[in-house]
Formats: sequence, C-alpha cells, structure tokens
Amino acid sequence: MPQEFKRQYKEILEQYTLRQTEHNLYEGQNISRQLIQKNISPEEVISIHKASLEEILPELPNDVWHSFDLLIEVMIRYGLALKEHEALIQKQENFRMEMELAANVQQTLLKTKVPDMLDLDIGMISVPAKEMNGDYTHFLHDDTTVGIAVADVIGKGIPAALCMSMIKYGMDSLNGAETEPTIVLDVINRIVEKSVSDSMFISMFYGTYDTSKSLFTYASAGHEPPLFYCAESNSFSELQAKGLLLGVISNVKYEQHSISLEKDDFIVMMTDGVTECRSKDGFIDQNTVMDIIESVRDQSAQDMVEYVFHKLEELQEFEQRDDFTLVIFKKK
Amino acid sequence: MNLRSSVDIITEWDIVAARQLGRNEAKDVGFGTVDQARITTAISELARNIYLYAGKGKIEIRQVTEGNLRGLLVIASDKGPGIVDVRKVMEDGYTTSGGLGAGLPGVKRLMDDFKIETVIGEGTTISASKLLR
Repeated sequence: MPQEFKRQYKEILEQYTLRQTEHNLYEGQNISRQLIQKNISPEEVISIHKASLEEILPELPNDVWHSFDLLIEVMIRYGLALKEHEALIQKQENFRMEMELAANVQQTLLKTKVPDMLDLDIGMISVPAKEMNGDYTHFLHDDTTVGIAVADVIGKGIPAALCMSMIKYGMDSLNGAETEPTIVLDVINRIVEKSVSDSMFISMFYGTYDTSKSLFTYASAGHEPPLFYCAESNSFSELQAKGLLLGVISNVKYEQHSISLEKDDFIVMMTDGVTECRSKDGFIDQNTVMDIIESVRDQSAQDMVEYVFHKLEELQEFEQRDDFTLVIFKKK
Repeated sequence: MNLRSSVDIITEWDIVAARQLGRNEAKDVGFGTVDQARITTAISELARNIYLYAGKGKIEIRQVTEGNLRGLLVIASDKGPGIVDVRKVMEDGYTTSGGLGAGLPGVKRLMDDFKIETVIGEGTTISASKLLR
C-alpha cells in the first residue's frame, strides 16, 4: 500500500473528524482522483481508511474494526469490476484502431476514378455513415462509352463492406464499358447468389452512356430509381426499370431501357441514404431533394453532388444515418 | 516447508469451508486483510465453478516459498466435463454465472500466477498462487 497516499489520507481524515468543512471534502475528492490514476482499488482505499482511523481514534470499539473487514470483503468485486472495465475499454480502443485500418484498406480496394469524358460532366460523392462503406460506385470507360455501377448492401458496417469487395471482383471480371446493363446485372447476380447468405441483399443500378449517340442505357436490380432532369421542360422524372434484388435467385430477367440526353439534361443516381434522409419532422421528401438539386443545376456536376450532400446534412442536423452516395451525369 | 490441506467440494456449504481454510492459511502466512479477502474471493470463485459445472471436486491449499518469499497456492481440481473453449472463458465480459468482473479472469487478477489444465471428458485443474511481498 503506497505510504504516501496513506499519509495524505490520514491528514484529510483527521481534519475532517475535527471540523466537518467543505474544504476537507474537496480535498477528499481530489485525492480520489489520484487514487484512481494510481490504480488503487476500492478495497485498498477502505483498508487505508481503516488504518488511518486506527491511528486517529484508537479507542473505537472492536465491532467497528470488524465491520471494516466485512466492507473490504464486499468491495473486492467492485475492484474486479473496475479492472475488467478498464481492460474492456482498452479492448474497445484496439477494435477501433483495427476498424480504422480496415476502412483504409477498403478505401484503397474500392477506389474508382471518375473518368474524364468529352461530352459528359460527371460528379460523384460517397460518404459512409460508419467507418466502413456499404455503398459501392464503380466506373468503367473507353473512348466513347462510360459505364456506372451504383450498389447498396442492405445493412451497414463490416458485413456490408465485405460484400462490396465481392461485387468489385465481379465488376473487374467484365470486359468493358460497352457490356449491356442486363448482362452486367446477370453476371453479378450469379456471383452474389452463390456466395452470399440468404439474409444479405444488395440492390444495384447499372447504366452506360454512349457519347457518340448521347444515349443512356440502364437496368436495375431493385435499386432506387435515378432521377432524370429534362432541361427543356424543366422537370424531373424517375428512370424506372424492373428487376429483383441481387442474390435472391440465380435466374432473373432484368428490364433494360434507354433515354437520350440533350444539352444540360442530367441523370441523378443515388442510394437510399439520399432518399431516406430524415429530419426531426420525418422523412425529407423527394420534392425537397429535387428542389435542392434544381437550385444548383447550372453548376458543374461535382459541385452539384457536394452541394446536395451538405444541404441534406444540414437538414438532418449533421446526423448521418446511412451510407450516402450520389452520382450525376450531365450532358455538356 | 510444504504444508497442505484440502476441502472436498460437494455442496454449496463446502465453498464456505474452503474459504475458511484459505483464510486461516493466508493469515498464517502473514497476508493482510485486503490480500486475505482477495485470496478467499478467488477460492470462492474456483469452488463455485466446481459446484456449478463439475458437480464435485477438491480445493487444495498449500503454503509455498519462492526464493525468500512466502505465499499460498490454491489448486482446484475436478473430474467434470472439462472446458471446451479456454480462451473464451478467460475473456473479459464472458461469464455464464452472471457475475460482474468475476469468473476465471477475476481469479487471475486476484492472484499473481494462474494456470489452467483441462481435458474434455476428464476434468479441469486450476492452480493459482499469490506471494507475500
């Protein structure tokens, strides 16, 4: 038992038994901070108290001294619980660091470069809710065509992130940007169906834009429909395409549609982190999201996605509940 | 010096007898009140594990010397089912008897040295010792 603390404690106790001042109590609090810092357990504190009291008031009856022995016995488990608590906090810190490393690995693994196209302005933002991202965006491109995949694992965190890696390798096995959207979804669906448990669902959108024809062709596996903005009519419409979520059954027929883009038309692809934004008054409705997008329609695609993210962040009072991904294709 | 004595653990009351034996021996070695309470808590925990999971077994207490230090060695042995996942029972926060900060990690913390030998279907022997410093 550290003699230094015993001496200090005895002094405080002695003062307090004489005059019960707030100052003595304050000193008592201060010494408790030091005791905790030096890892002195509760049972030891009681033992210090007992030893000090024996010196200050030696004439106390024996029953009093015995009572301290009972109290020491009772406090042993508090001491153990405290040590366990400290060990668990350390363990949690180790987990946090491991998670941070994993998030870095994931970022490197899923890195995708936004292609520079002659006819098309592309903006992209993807922000995870936790350390790991369950949203996935991937670009494929050649001179005239750019392919875009946007996927969302139902769920967040590590399981979602592990699933994403699988989609990445599926995408890497494809031949190039010109692959038909329905074929892309079919290939990925077969991979996911074979390798993922029944409780894991992934929605995915795939589209290709052919700059030579200004034609956007797309298919969807149960994904959030993209918004199409027509500059001439100044209006939004949804790009619907029927198709089952990935990984449910192996043979799925996906619908494929095309739409041509005129100058200043744009397509907004997203995950449900965008459409399911919530403020304290409930869900932020689609019209609000459209208004926000429309208000910045003259800016570059990258400025647009960043503005929308910050605006929605603000509406949600900076509490992001789900992974958030937004991609804009805008015809120059 | 190698004094030894033991208590068979069959009923819950034998836990108290094992504690008593441990306390007497700890006093005899010269441990202070706090260390006595730590040693008896460790004995409680070990005896309780025998009572709950093995049905019956034995707590043996030995006075030991290491260099010029005296100390106490507690050996808990049973012929119970053995421990399937030792790593798991040694993990903080994992306990089947529902106690906070107790269980085998607690015993390890209360004592200086802790060893566990277990064979599935044959039984478990746990030795834990503490030296008087």
